Amino acid sequence: MTDPYDGPVVLPDDPSLGPEVQVDFPGYRSTRWRAPSRPLATLPEELHALRGPVFGESTLDPLDNDLTSQHDGEPIGERISVSGRVLDDGGRPIRGALVEIWQANACGRYRHEVDQHPAPLDPNFSGAGRCLTDDDGRYTFTTIKPGAYPWGNHPNAWRPAHIHFSLFGRAFEQRLVTQMYFPGDPLFPYDPIFNAIRDPKSRELLLARFDLATTQPEWSLAFEWDIVLRSTPFEGEHA
Amino acid sequence: MRTTPSQTVGPFYSIGLCRRSDDVLDPDGVELHGTLFDGRGDPVRDAMVEVWDPAAGSWGRSSTDGEGRFRFRIRPDAEVLETFVFARGLLRHQRTRIHLGDARAAEDPTLVAVPMDDGFLFDIRMQGEQATLFFAH
Repeated sequence: MTDPYDGPVVLPDDPSLGPEVQVDFPGYRSTRWRAPSRPLATLPEELHALRGPVFGESTLDPLDNDLTSQHDGEPIGERISVSGRVLDDGGRPIRGALVEIWQANACGRYRHEVDQHPAPLDPNFSGAGRCLTDDDGRYTFTTIKPGAYPWGNHPNAWRPAHIHFSLFGRAFEQRLVTQMYFPGDPLFPYDPIFNAIRDPKSRELLLARFDLATTQPEWSLAFEWDIVLRSTPFEGEHA
Repeated sequence: MRTTPSQTVGPFYSIGLCRRSDDVLDPDGVELHGTLFDGRGDPVRDAMVEVWDPAAGSWGRSSTDGEGRFRFRIRPDAEVLETFVFARGLLRHQRTRIHLGDARAAEDPTLVAVPMDDGFLFDIRMQGEQATLFFAH
């Protein structure tokens, strides 16, 4: 096919795109018909500095950052806090970033009609939360530790326990959707989604750190996880 | 510092990202709709499209339905929408642009929305002969 676009292109899996994932990673079968196959166009320079949407407090409901308090009773599972900072790659905090999370319950089941894993649903757990980062770029959620769950990618395939994260920074380019994992999970070597990240050092960036210092005695275990978005011209501005 | 790598939204993103309806950028606007197709030409039923109208500062998000369709209500005179596509099987979201105004401004014919009686049609094809142009980002 002759490509009508005649500007500079890069291949969809060019490692120069960053410490990033291989988007057509063969071990993750769904990539085969969904990863873009056509060479990628180079973005016009001015679009690298495009502002993105700004979300305010009106985006949030009061209990959005406490996934254990959204129902009449408490969910089953290990109560945990997950907190950290959203930073740019120069280490500067990103204020007012919208952080959205979703996860399986303690048994590894999502409250979603497509999830047919024969593990119980928890009437006291929806598994979704959101918050805005504070002036220090910090976010905090209270939730329960999600369970591992099977999926149909290959025989005896199981996802390591994880929490999905979605982020908006100040710039359109800072948009990120990713997953946070828990340290020491024995399923890491077998998970093609985790291993689609090329560089083992970059994979480690998705692992939360257990933090005894902020663990609340007699109450909840604490995990810390910082998220680093690329730099843009807008850092240092107040939200 | 190294940037945090991307991972797929997976099949269950709607419980976290689509709890409220976010597909109206302009309540008095016109409809923009389309279908997301995979490399076999099948509609992708578990994808999410986000659009940003930078000239108006309005943003929207639409989950694809059982027929792979997404839909927005947008400003009638919007020129271009900066667009992200997320899906199970996409390890990183893909960036494209939807041109609604001057077709000559489009980087590629696949980025031109088709005017309809009631708004615009814009289909997205991940692969194949008519594959949508995506941008490195």
